[in-house]
Order: sequence, then structure tokens, then C-alpha cells
Amino acid sequence: MTERGRNERLLVRDIAHARAGDKGNTSNVNIWVYDPEDFELLKRSVTAERIKREFPKLVRGNVTRYVIEHLHGLNLVMSEALEGGVNASLNLDSHGKSWSYLILGLTLDAGEKI
Amino acid sequence: MAKSNGTFRIGTGAGFSADRLDAAVDLATRGELHAMVLECLGERTVAFAHRDRMADPQRGYNALLERRMCALLPACRRAGTVIITNMGAANPRAAAERTRDIARALGISALKIACVEGDDVTSLVRPDQPFMDEPGTLADIRRPIVGMNAYLGADAIVSALEAGADVVIGGRLADPSMYLAPLMRHHGWQNSDLTKLGAGTLVGHLMECGMQITGGYFADPGFKDVPNLAACGYPIAEVSAEGGAIITKLPGTGGRVNEATVKEQLLYEVHDPASYLTPDVTADFSRVTLEDLGKDRVRVSSAAGRTRPEKLKVTVGFDAGVLAEAGVSYAGPAAAARGRLAAEIVEKRLKESHGISSPVRVDVIGASSLFATAGKARADGEDVRLHVALRTTEREQAELVLWEVESLLCCGPAGGGGYRGVITPAVETKSILIDRDLVKPTFEILVT
Repeated sequence: MTERGRNERLLVRDIAHARAGDKGNTSNVNIWVYDPEDFELLKRSVTAERIKREFPKLVRGNVTRYVIEHLHGLNLVMSEALEGGVNASLNLDSHGKSWSYLILGLTLDAGEKI
Repeated sequence: MAKSNGTFRIGTGAGFSADRLDAAVDLATRGELHAMVLECLGERTVAFAHRDRMADPQRGYNALLERRMCALLPACRRAGTVIITNMGAANPRAAAERTRDIARALGISALKIACVEGDDVTSLVRPDQPFMDEPGTLADIRRPIVGMNAYLGADAIVSALEAGADVVIGGRLADPSMYLAPLMRHHGWQNSDLTKLGAGTLVGHLMECGMQITGGYFADPGFKDVPNLAACGYPIAEVSAEGGAIITKLPGTGGRVNEATVKEQLLYEVHDPASYLTPDVTADFSRVTLEDLGKDRVRVSSAAGRTRPEKLKVTVGFDAGVLAEAGVSYAGPAAAARGRLAAEIVEKRLKESHGISSPVRVDVIGASSLFATAGKARADGEDVRLHVALRTTEREQAELVLWEVESLLCCGPAGGGGYRGVITPAVETKSILIDRDLVKPTFEILVT
């Protein structure tokens, strides 16, 4: 877990961990906070609208966000987000295994930084 | 012998086609398992296996089957552990016969090997069959079909186990169903016990990717540290008759099992957590609870299930020609600029000199590659690699890609070295649905 102080936190990666998976041309990334106190901050920072806004060329379809309240996690389901998927994509990472780090690399909601 | 205190001990011996073997041997030897599952089939893996079978009717099963069986059969026989696997891929019959021959050569007598068939539904599907999750029908794809496999559920595996099988080998056995089946058999769960089918499906879902729940696909130094990942252990589930389970691993192995590793796997490749469809049940993971017991033990409970799906998913594989990939590296001052110049040259020549109109992908690894379409790039890479890729049904075009990239050594930017080029077969897969009543799985037992 991160050793950084609360006022040094900049990225989603500083408060949460994530894993990416693929089915066809749909990518899903599940994201979990280390500390339940950060869950509201995660929910504010990682919204379906923001994902569409941040990656318009990559995420071409709908984004659905499932909230797993009791485990303090989110599941982002991004359709048409794998450049065609393993069948068609010529991206070296045609499964989008690294997409979890696209999400973890987002900045935290600016209004929440101390 | 396997431990037996009411709970069923089931372990993973492979979570994908190329998964490790040494950790599986360790688990088979020390794990005191009732059952070990080797899940080795993805949608594309089965399509490639069909191509292998077309080239040689005796092949078409997992390339590591022989090595895995040689290493695991003796240990599993000694421990009384049943092996369940979809290593049969496009040719379960040949895989079962090969396994029987290996067992005989190892001196393992009276071993019962069940060969599960019936997943190949090529003769049952019409060309106007619509796709499951996109517009169009099979007839719209003007490429040769290499195979069609329906996802089989637990039923045929349960029947084979009831007939006394020590090894169950199939083709497109659904991943979680291979775990659910021995749980149904051991605990006496019926197809109408939907909550228990949901619980067993959760166990299968958590276990089916092997080390992804024991620290693999997880480590992130400084944030998520994993001890001795190089010697990571495969997972074990201890499953009660009610369906609750403890996920753990062997003492002395590397890796870790904690709440975080279990959470990441819980929703891996899951969309709606309340609706995870398998051939056996619509599983509900939305209310699953986790309890970290320490010492690499996590209790999972409260999975649920409803409705047995009336249709089965079918993967249809098409021959998609070949994938050509070629690269050259640049290092030192302004390497990224030289890499980008090389990229421009290759794109221009493939298009204008050779008339290749299909999309060619050009990356400059170290400056912009995996996240290129996401809009992330850096201009200052000092150690970069041009990577060019093209998927094509015309072999000549693939060879041109390699030639053009190699020609950069003398004709491209300064200091380019380390050319490599490779052409590999390509497949395309689509999904359709089929009425489950049409699919009739069967099994036959071979004895050594």
C-alpha cells in the first residue's frame, strides 16, 4: 500500500488498485480503494462521463459504471473500447490488459486535493 | 489421500494455455486435493487449435498436454486427485487417447479417462445465424470457418465423474463449469439448487485464471508488493457443502492471497456483477462478502444464482490470414524523432509504393504505443523501437511489411538496429447463441 501522505495524493493509483479484462471489443476495469474513507473521492473522480471525456478516440461506445458499495469498488464497462478487440486490434496490447493503468493514471478530483 | 472433513479441496493446475507447470506439480504433490482443474482454452485458442487439427488430424489439442500429463498423472494418482481439463481443445478424442498412452507408458493401470464431446456444433448452425452482440450474420463474414464450439456446462462432466472418471478431458468446457461439476458431484448439488450453482460458479470464476488470485497480474512495486512472485503458487479452494469457500495456496509458495487479490479477480471480465452468465446458471456476485483470515486465506460467501440460460454461447472461428509484425530500434539523443521519421517512411512506402490500403499500425515503442489511441505520448524517448503491424489475407503483403522495415537499416534514419520480423497465423472469432436443447454432450471412458 502507498506510504505517501494524504496531501501528496495526486492520482487514482494513490488511493486505489485496479484490474482490466476484455470480452470482444468491450473492456472492463474494476477499481477498489485501499481505505474505505477514500471511496467517495474515487466515485467523484472516476465517472462514466469522465472516461468518455478523457479518452474519446479510444472509448467509442457507452460506458456503464457499476458501484459495489459494500466492497468499496467500481466496475467500469467500456464498449467499443479495444480498437476492435483481439480479433481486429493491431495495438500490441490487443486485450487492453494495460487499460487499468489508464484509469489509475487519472488525476483525483481537483476539488478534493488538500 | 485427499483431506475429507466435509469440505471439498479443489486446485488450479493451469489458468491459460501457456500457464506454468512446476507450480502445478507442487500442488498435485502436496495439495491433498480432491480435484485439480486445468483451464487452457480461450476463444482464439480454440480457433488456432482447429487450424492445427486441419493441418494434422491427430493434433488440435493443447500443445503442452503431453508434458502436463506426464508430470501430473503420477502425483494425482497417488493423491487420489481427479483431473478436469479442456486441453482437448479442437480434438478431445485425440487428447484423451494420447493421455491414455502416456498413462500406460508411466505404468498407471486402470485409469479411467473420460472424453467429453458434443461441443462442436458445426452441423447444427445455419449460415443466416445472427451474431450474439453485434449486427450481422455468419454469412456476412467472407472467410473460411475453422470451427464452431458451444460452451458446455457442468452436466456432462458430472456424468463422467459419476461413471468413475479419474481424468475428464473435453474441448470447449466452460471455465467455471469445470470447477462447479466436481462440487456438484461431491456435495450432491442439483441443477435446481440455483444458489449453490451460483456459489460454485463463483469458486470457478475466482480460480479459473490460476495465479491471478494468488498475486499474479497484481504486483505493483511500492503499492501492491507480492513476496516471491517468481515462485508463485496456484490457488486452492476449500468449499463447504453450503457453497462458502476459503481461497488459499500452499504454504511455502510465493505470491499472496488477500482481500485485494480476491477483489480484483471477483470482477475480472465481468460486466454486470449481478448477472454473470454461464451454461449452468445466471450467477450473482453483487452481494459477495469477503473476510481476510490472514496467512493467505480469504473466506468468500454469499454468491447467488438464478435462471439457467436457455441458450448456449457458441464461438465461431474464422481463418483471418496472417499477422505481420516487424521492428527496428533507435537509441540515444533524439531517438524518438528518428523513430517517428522511420514510421513516416514505412507508412508512405507501404501505401504509395506498394498500394496497401488496409490499415497498417505503426508504433514507436518508448514514445507512444499501448496508449497511443488513448492520446498519450512522449516526445523525448531515448530508447525506442519502431513496431509495424498488418493483418492481411494476402501473404505477399505480409512479406512486404517485413521487407520494408528491414530496408530501414540502410535506407532509413541514422543508427537503426535490431531488426526482427515475424509472420504468424491470424484468426477471427464471433459469438452466436444456440438453443441448449440442440446441444447433446456425450462422454466415453477410455481405460488404461
